[in-house]
Amino acid sequence: MTAEVLTYPAAHADHGHDATATQTFGFWLYIMTDCVLFASIFATFAVLSHNYAGGPTGKELFNLRYVFGETMFLLFSSVTYGFAVLAMNRDARNQVMGWLIVTFFLGLGFIGMEVNEFTRMILEGNGPDRSGFLSAFFTLVGTHGTHVSFGLIWMAVMIFQVAGKGLTTPVRSRLMRLSMFWHFLDIVWIGVFTIVYLLGAM
Amino acid sequence: MDSALFGKLTVSAIPFDNAIVMWTVGVALTMGAVILGLVTYYGKWSYLWKEWLTSVDHKRIGVMYVILALVMLLRGFADAIMMRAQQAVAEGPSQGYLPPYHYDQIFSAHGTIMIIFVAMPFFIGLMNIAVPLQIGARDVAFPFMNAISLWLTVISAALVMVSLGVGDFSHAGWTGYPPLSESQYSPGPGVDYWIWSLQLGGIGTLMTGINFFVTIVKMRAPGMTYMKMPVFTWAIFVTTALIMMAFPVLTVTLGLLTLDRYLGMHFFTNNLGGNLMMFPNLFWIWGHPEVYIVILPAFGMFSEVVATFSQKRLFGYHSMIYASIAIGVLSFAVWLHHFFTMGAGADVNAFFGIATMIIAVPTGVKIFNWLFTMYRGRVQFTTPVLWTLAFIVTFTIGGMTGVLMSVPAADFVLHNSEFLVAHFHNMLIPGALFGYFAGYAYWFPKAFGFRLDEKWGKRAFWAWAIGFLVAFMPLYALGFMGMPRRLSHYDNPAWQPYLEVAAAGAAIIFVGIVCQVMQLIVSIKNRAALRDVTGDPWNGHTLEWAVASPPPFYNFAEIPVVHDLDAFTDMKEKGIAYQRPAKYRDIHMPRNTPAGFIIGMFAFSFGFAMIWYIWWLALASAFGMLITLIVRSLNDNVDYYVPAAEVERIENEHHRQMADAGATGVNAEPAPYFAHQV
Repeated sequence: MTAEVLTYPAAHADHGHDATATQTFGFWLYIMTDCVLFASIFATFAVLSHNYAGGPTGKELFNLRYVFGETMFLLFSSVTYGFAVLAMNRDARNQVMGWLIVTFFLGLGFIGMEVNEFTRMILEGNGPDRSGFLSAFFTLVGTHGTHVSFGLIWMAVMIFQVAGKGLTTPVRSRLMRLSMFWHFLDIVWIGVFTIVYLLGAM
Repeated sequence: MDSALFGKLTVSAIPFDNAIVMWTVGVALTMGAVILGLVTYYGKWSYLWKEWLTSVDHKRIGVMYVILALVMLLRGFADAIMMRAQQAVAEGPSQGYLPPYHYDQIFSAHGTIMIIFVAMPFFIGLMNIAVPLQIGARDVAFPFMNAISLWLTVISAALVMVSLGVGDFSHAGWTGYPPLSESQYSPGPGVDYWIWSLQLGGIGTLMTGINFFVTIVKMRAPGMTYMKMPVFTWAIFVTTALIMMAFPVLTVTLGLLTLDRYLGMHFFTNNLGGNLMMFPNLFWIWGHPEVYIVILPAFGMFSEVVATFSQKRLFGYHSMIYASIAIGVLSFAVWLHHFFTMGAGADVNAFFGIATMIIAVPTGVKIFNWLFTMYRGRVQFTTPVLWTLAFIVTFTIGGMTGVLMSVPAADFVLHNSEFLVAHFHNMLIPGALFGYFAGYAYWFPKAFGFRLDEKWGKRAFWAWAIGFLVAFMPLYALGFMGMPRRLSHYDNPAWQPYLEVAAAGAAIIFVGIVCQVMQLIVSIKNRAALRDVTGDPWNGHTLEWAVASPPPFYNFAEIPVVHDLDAFTDMKEKGIAYQRPAKYRDIHMPRNTPAGFIIGMFAFSFGFAMIWYIWWLALASAFGMLITLIVRSLNDNVDYYVPAAEVERIENEHHRQMADAGATGVNAEPAPYFAHQV
């Protein structure tokens, strides 16, 4: 595609579809819609946050130290993704792959810790069907976790695309969009950590 | 006990004992078989697959959306006339012919279908056809995603149709309020059909919203500033913004209900910390903007029609735009008026009541703008103009009943009565449907290259307009008489005459639908005489009329440069319309792809599997969608170049035919019609 664009600059100039800028703008809008989605779930959580129905409260359930560790995995994965983008701008293909792999495993660590936390709670009888509060907790945290999991699948695909295709225009465009997605999930997690865990455990 | 292979699905899911349903299924299957048979007989499978099912051309996708809307309109109307017939007879000792549970499914299906599978695909289809042409673009921003949107909508409608013969549909109303829609009270697959058809279709709509917003922002022709955008494109611009802000809330609302039903969570349950009034709040935070999502595009269509057929520039273009934006903003501040009776308190109710009344102001601005556009114009009373006139009169009545109900104290009396049913039909039939009918007649020649028959169009109009008034005005009276909505049987003989009149109104609307089918048949038969050779059958103002009808797949051989709001009128006045470039250039276009269709098919099996608890199939289908997307992303060869010589050949053909027809292209009157093949 790069070669074609170079051959036909005039034909491409008057035609916006699938150009990186258009894709980036479209993805921004998708992220905004995802913001609305999370906002709705946050609002739901706020409404149900004290509906314990005789079940455990956040104070009894949350281990802030554990969640802080989980948070560090995700925050550092954002930093390492930043390094991947810097490497992409230097056209350092191997470094891009290296940083993507590091980011992948940091993200995987985050998801592993979350799954572990969920499993422990469910086994103790405090699953999402226990109370309105726990339904909202599992849904909000789980929706974020599902997003991160899709991000991981996407990242795995991109590692192979960088390896197979190199840093072509479409691959760069996808890496930039994944970058936006990944940082966005970080921001959402800050909200989750504050509103669900900190306020819940205080 | 659920089986691993088929989940909850057994042969008993097919209602063999229900004669009405079995007849309907039989007729639907026969019609489907006839269509498939005809495709096979004429050897059109390859054409259908290559040119339509795998198409990423916005015009083809638009046509498929409109076909879906028209088919589903027939289904939704069948539901309507069954309800009217039931209510006309089910008084006192007579139980009518529909048992309550069946009746409940019919009104639930009717609402869901009319909003989600008629109104939405109808305007999305028309905007697909018109918007890229109006802004001088060759394409939408994301043509492949556009195909995914289409197929998600189609398969969602298909799920509703399947519910007819396999299992049943929701009986909880189109709004699906808990606790009735919770598994405790609705254990069957009906509510799940409702959930998954809305959910999958909603995701398709969200993608369309993003797609067209980006298209309008990024792909306007040079010179077309925001305040030179055609008024319909502006309406769509606001609409897509509303879609992006509202539809994620629907996704969440349905998702939470899904979690309640499938995993025993407690979002909307009566016990264990659930909060059931959260559902109406969330639902209408999507649902009220949704009303404007279907009405604003119709406003845009009326504006185009009024300006074109008055042969004048639209009166008050700027105020029209600001009114659309104001309506869009306010639409997010009124949701609570759907349940003033929740008991939020006088202050909250007063806020939402006043916000609701304020919406009447920008809407009123629009009404006056349309009237002033016609004032001293040379109004041609074509079918689209008739729809517009009927809309202006009846919509104003509906708007006033809406302001009446926005007074919380009055709403406490009218809530959930037939008055409400009359009110929202009075808004949506003239406000949305009449607009789409106007747009359908207006852009039909653009999409197909020939106009619709006016005689049958006018017959359809009169039947619809009169039928609408006869069917819904009595419901206002019934509301004042205290009749609640959604009754399959009643014991008050005073109501019956009004309901008989309403049934007669539905019958008159049926005549209108028959006329529309006739119109289509007659128009196709007479297409040679109705041919639109110039591409500008109405002496139009905007760029879609600057290209041939139907437009070449690349739309514009050379992207036009815009100097005026009415860009094409401007070109015609300067004598530079139809001017040909010194040299044609290669054109970059997206390739067709089966991936959108395949993802749609996987989404169908996913939805069906979730409804029937067939977990292995749901997993496999989700996996199939993911793999299709990944495989598609591996292919970077998704575009190609149309050689300049090919563009020149197609353009030469169009210009030769225009010359043969004697069209000069300058201030073209509705041109004479000759046989014309593109």
